[in-house]
Amino acid sequence: MVDTDLTLIWLGILGFATLAYVVMDGFDLGIGIIFPSLEVGSERDQAMNAIAPVWDGNETWLILGGGGLLAAFPLAYAIILPATYPLMIAMLLGLVFRGVAFEFRWRDPDHRAYWDVAFALGSLVAAASQGMILGAILQGIKVAGNGYAGGWLDWLSPFTVLTGTAVVLGYALLGSTWLIWKTTGSGQDHARRLALSLGLATLAAMALVSIATPFLHTEYWRRWFTMPDVLFTAQVPLLVLITIGVFAWSLRRGGERLPFLMTLALFLLNFIGLGISMFPFLVPPDVTIWDAAAPASSMRFMLVGVGLTLPLIIAYTAWAYWVFRGKVGTHGYH
Amino acid sequence: MSFHFIFPAFSIGLASYLMVLEGLWLTTRDAVYLDLFRYWLKIFAVVFGMGVVSGIVMSYQFGTNWSVFSDKAGPIIGPMMAYEVLTAFFLEAGFLGVMLFGMRKVGPKLHFVATLMVALGTLVSATWIISVNSWMQTPAGFLVNARGQFVPGDSWWPILFNPSFPYRLVHTVIGSYLTTALVVGGVGAWHLLKSSANPHARRMFSMSMWMVTLVAPLQILAGDTQGLNTLEHQPIKVLAMEGDFEPSPQGAPLVLFGLPSNEDATVHYRIAIPKLGSLILEHDPDKPLAGLTDYPRDRWPAVPVVFWSFRIMVALGLAMASLGAWSLVLRLRSRLYESPWLHRAAVLMGPAGFLAVIAGWVTTEVGRQPYTVYGQLLTADSLSPLAAPAVATSLGVFAAVYFLVFGVGASYLLRMMAALPSAQESELPHIPQHAAGTTPAAAISDG
Repeated sequence: MVDTDLTLIWLGILGFATLAYVVMDGFDLGIGIIFPSLEVGSERDQAMNAIAPVWDGNETWLILGGGGLLAAFPLAYAIILPATYPLMIAMLLGLVFRGVAFEFRWRDPDHRAYWDVAFALGSLVAAASQGMILGAILQGIKVAGNGYAGGWLDWLSPFTVLTGTAVVLGYALLGSTWLIWKTTGSGQDHARRLALSLGLATLAAMALVSIATPFLHTEYWRRWFTMPDVLFTAQVPLLVLITIGVFAWSLRRGGERLPFLMTLALFLLNFIGLGISMFPFLVPPDVTIWDAAAPASSMRFMLVGVGLTLPLIIAYTAWAYWVFRGKVGTHGYH
Repeated sequence: MSFHFIFPAFSIGLASYLMVLEGLWLTTRDAVYLDLFRYWLKIFAVVFGMGVVSGIVMSYQFGTNWSVFSDKAGPIIGPMMAYEVLTAFFLEAGFLGVMLFGMRKVGPKLHFVATLMVALGTLVSATWIISVNSWMQTPAGFLVNARGQFVPGDSWWPILFNPSFPYRLVHTVIGSYLTTALVVGGVGAWHLLKSSANPHARRMFSMSMWMVTLVAPLQILAGDTQGLNTLEHQPIKVLAMEGDFEPSPQGAPLVLFGLPSNEDATVHYRIAIPKLGSLILEHDPDKPLAGLTDYPRDRWPAVPVVFWSFRIMVALGLAMASLGAWSLVLRLRSRLYESPWLHRAAVLMGPAGFLAVIAGWVTTEVGRQPYTVYGQLLTADSLSPLAAPAVATSLGVFAAVYFLVFGVGASYLLRMMAALPSAQESELPHIPQHAAGTTPAAAISDG
C-alpha cells in the first residue's frame, strides 16, 4: 500500500516535470520554429532576448524528466529509449545545434545567418521528435521480458507523423504568444498575426489526434466513449472549446498576456486528456507504472530530495522570470 | 564521453574564479577585477553552453546505448543523478540568466549572490557525479534483487560515501581548479608577451600563478593518496598503471618507461628503478607486491593504455609543479612580469590541464575494464540490445557533430582569449536599475 502511494506520487512528480518542460521549453523551441519568418535584425534579436536568460533553466526540466524516469521507473526508461532510438538521437542533435546557437550567433556576426538556421532547424527537429516520441508511446511499444522487442523503425507511422506535427504547431503557438507578451512594435504585430493562423492549425491538428487516438486501442475507446466515464471525459473537449474561444477573443482585442495563458491552458487540457487515455500504463499496452517502478527504498530516498528542493527550485525560477519581466529590447547583452 | 568531461573541468574552476573576481571587486572596488570578471564571464557563457548541451546528450545516452546498464544500476545511480539535477543543475541554470544578463536589473550585491549560486551549483554537481562514478569503481552498500538489479541496502550512506569517493572528489576538483588556473595563466602570459605593462594581463597572470604554485603540489599529494586507495580496492588497475606483470616478492621496482603488452604479459624495453615502486605504494621498499599474472587474464584492462595515460598525467603534474615553483622564484625576485621565458612556458602549459584531466580520466576508466560496475557487471553485458550498426551510426553522427560544433566553439573561445580585456568592459553599474521595460537587455557590455 505504501509502495502504491509512492508510485503514484512519483507519477505526479514526473507528470509535473514533463508539463513544466513542455510549456517552458515549448515557448523557446517555438520561437526557434517561427524564427525564419522573423525579420533579420531587430525582430530576431528581440526574440532571442525574450528567451536568452531562461532557456537554459527551461531545458533543465527535460533532464529532470529523463533522470526522474531513470530513477523512478527504470524499466520504462530502458524500454522507451531503445524503442524510439532514432527520434531520441534526432532530438538531442537538434538541442545541441539550437543550444550552442544562442551564444555563437552573438560571437560571430559574420556567420550569424548560419547559426540562425541551426537555431531554427534544431528547434524544429527537437520539437518534431518530441511529438513523435509521444505518438510512439501512445500507439504502443512491443515488449518482451524486460526489454524492447521491436525493430528500430517501429515508431514510424501516420499517427506519429500527426503527433509530431501537432507538437510543432503547438510549440510555435506558444512561442508566438510569448513574443506577443514580451515584445512591442512590429515584432509584436508580426507575432499576433502568426498566432492567429497557428492557433487554427493547432486546433485542427489536436482534433485529428483526438479522433485518431481512440482507434489505436479499444481500451482508449472505452475510456472516452462509454457511460458513465463519458460524463467526466466530455468535460475536456468542452473546456478546450471555451479556451479556444477566449484565446481568439483576446487576440482580436489586442490582449498581451491572455493569448499565452490560454495556450498554456490548452496544453494543460491536452495533458489531462493524455492522462485519461493512458493511466495507469506507462508503456502501453503492457507496462504499467507499478511494473516499471523502482524499489520503494529508491523512491523514498529521492522523495526526500524532491520535497526539499522542488519548492526552492520553483521559487528561484520564478524569481529569475520576475527579474526579466516586462518587454525586452533589441540589444545583445555582449 | 571524455569529450563531455573537459567542459565541467573548465566550468567548475571558471565559476569559482569568477566568484573570487567579483568578490574581490565588491570588497576592493578595484575596477581591474570587474574588467576581468566581465572578460571571463563571456568565455564562461560559451563554455557553459557547450557543457550543457553535451550534458543533455550524456544523460540520454545511458538509456539509448547502455539500456541494460540503466535497468540494472538504475535503482542506485538513477536517484543520485536525479539529486544532481535537483540540487545542482537547476541551481546553475536558474541563476545563470541573472549572472549573464542581470547586473543592471538586480544590482551588484544580488548579482554576486547569483554568481555564488552558479559556482556552488558546479561544485555540488561535481560531488554527485563523482559519487556515481566512484560507486561504479568501488561499489558498496548494495544488494542484488531477483531480477538482477542493484538495489540500495539499508542505508544510502555507504553508497554515497563509497570507498574511493572522497579521494576522487578531491583529486577531481583540484584538477579542475588547476586546469582553469593554467588557462587563465596562459592567456595572461600571452598578453604579457605583447605588452608587459598591461594591468589586466598582470593581474590575471599573478593570480593564476599563485594558484598553480600552491595547488599543483597539493594535487600530487592528492593523486598519491588516491593511488593508495586504488591499490586497496582495485589492485589490478594499479598494477596495470605500474606495468607490474610479474609479482615482486622482494619489493616492486618503479617502471619508468617501456612498452607493455597484454599478449606477452610483459613490459618490453623496460627501464625501472628497483624497490621504488614498493616505496611509493607501500611506503616500504621491501614490501612484496602482487603482479597481474596473479589475476585471471580476462580481468586485465588494456595495460598499454592505462600504463601510458598514467605516465602522461604524472608528467604533466610534475611540469605544473615546476611551473609553479619557477614563477614563485621569479615572483620573489620581483621579475614575474619581465620574464618572457616564463611567459612562453605558461602559454605552452595553458592546455596542460585539459590533457592531464583526459589522461587521468582514461587511466581510471580504462583501468576499470572489463567492468562497468567494478567486479559486478561486465561492460559487454551492459549494452543496449540494439543492432551494433545502429549504435555505431549514432556514435559516428555524434562524433561528427561534436567535432564540428565544439571545434567552432573552441575557435570562438580562442578568439575571445586573444582579445585583450580592456577598461571599456566596465561601465560601472553603480546604480541598480529596476526600470524593467525601459532598459535594453544589454546588461554586461556592448563588446
